[in-house]
Amino acid sequence: MPTPTDRRYTKEHEWVRVDDGVGTVGVTDYAQDQLGDIVYLDLPAPGTPVKQFEKLGEIESVKAVSDLYSPVSGEVVDVNEAVADHPELVNQSPYEDGWLVRVRLADLAELEALLTADQYDALIAEAQAE
Amino acid sequence: MTAAASPLRHTPLYGEHLALGARMVPFAGWEMPLQFAGIVEEHHAVRRRAGLFDVSHMGRLTVEGPDAAAFLRSLVTYDVARIAVGEGHYAVICRDDGGILDDVYVFRLGEERFLVVVNAANAQRIGEWARARLRQGSRAVLMDRQTETAMLALQGPEAAAHLGALAPAVAQSLAARHCTEVELEGTIAFISRTGYTGEDGFELVVPAADGPGLWRSALGGVERGVQPCGLGARDTLRLEAALALYGNDIDESTNPLEAGLGWTVTFDDGADFVGRQALLRVREAGVSRQLACVRALERGVMRAGCPLLHDGRPVGRLTSGGFSPTLGASIGLAYLPPALAAVGTELEVDVRGKPLRAQVVQRPFYKRGKAG
Repeated sequence: MPTPTDRRYTKEHEWVRVDDGVGTVGVTDYAQDQLGDIVYLDLPAPGTPVKQFEKLGEIESVKAVSDLYSPVSGEVVDVNEAVADHPELVNQSPYEDGWLVRVRLADLAELEALLTADQYDALIAEAQAE
Repeated sequence: MTAAASPLRHTPLYGEHLALGARMVPFAGWEMPLQFAGIVEEHHAVRRRAGLFDVSHMGRLTVEGPDAAAFLRSLVTYDVARIAVGEGHYAVICRDDGGILDDVYVFRLGEERFLVVVNAANAQRIGEWARARLRQGSRAVLMDRQTETAMLALQGPEAAAHLGALAPAVAQSLAARHCTEVELEGTIAFISRTGYTGEDGFELVVPAADGPGLWRSALGGVERGVQPCGLGARDTLRLEAALALYGNDIDESTNPLEAGLGWTVTFDDGADFVGRQALLRVREAGVSRQLACVRALERGVMRAGCPLLHDGRPVGRLTSGGFSPTLGASIGLAYLPPALAAVGTELEVDVRGKPLRAQVVQRPFYKRGKAG
């Protein structure tokens, strides 16, 4: 699927889409494909403070567990309950129904440190060429 | 300076896996498909319809000639004389102290003609070990058939229907744990009604050159609904069926009695086999631990190596662990003190520092024909 241009990306394959100071966070299509079938997510509860590029939680597939990193600093205001019951949503719809948490941003300027869709595409093209 | 690793070996079906876009991974020195469509999808396909696995990486030894049966009996825990022609039986190969060298399947194709299927990781070692035990003057002949053959496993409730398109008489009449040799697509195929998934199914052995053709015939086109499956689903399926994995649940530090494999050990024929004395002593004294099935009571995934606690005290570690797609919960196997191995015992699994409540449950986690 094409990389959505309405959001920003991290080198660790997370995305954030900001609306009115609140960032919705998820993992990319490349990430879900690399991870394989997701079976469990360990996500922070609303109220938890998060920092840009620090560990946010864990995403677990059949074969392995990977750390999730927050693309932005702020406070978690919402967690996607649907993915707790149906982790496969992350595989099926990584950019829409498979969103993970929503964060009230502490600093919009932090978005400058993230990759655009084009930059993220270049990153994964390089990774796949290896 | 590290020595260069040996290149990974390829089964006769390697080209087929690449053609289907499989994600390949190293396993026991072989480059094998981890998944085709995805582990969970493949798992469900086997439970609901049929899946096809390349198991050519497993070791295949034949033992033939006068003294074959006696020789084989001296190596494995099970009384080979009890296996009729056309039958097979699961067995264990032990060392002198009763520790498990491998778990194997012994098929009897003739009075003095056997096929022994061994784990991929142990294939070379077991072949050498067995050969070393062939006494001078024994008329038994041991041959390694791995490189000259391919092996496929067709598993699932629809496996018999699909095999019917290839070998109708076999599909109709071959009973569970039985085996036969039959002409199939212009070659001779060994077929057994066995598997490692907890479903009905068949394992087929053909000459290597006939492997790709058989693989393609067995898959029979997308509309036939046979799902190519990789090692990922092979592991999730066997764990649900509580089948031991060598290297995880059984190894040289475990004996068959504590691993719940006492049913593969026969003492009453009086014949000697490697480990017999040691196992008799274990039987006499009682096992000090038992391999038990553990199921999570809450969300989270337990993995091999996770410590287990009872009333706050460490009591063991998981030997296998993962997520059960059929149950929608995490399951695992662990050796526990017999008192704690009772069904219902509540335990806590330490998952990377976080507690996960779990319980000992009846073996197996999944049994074909029973709901949930």
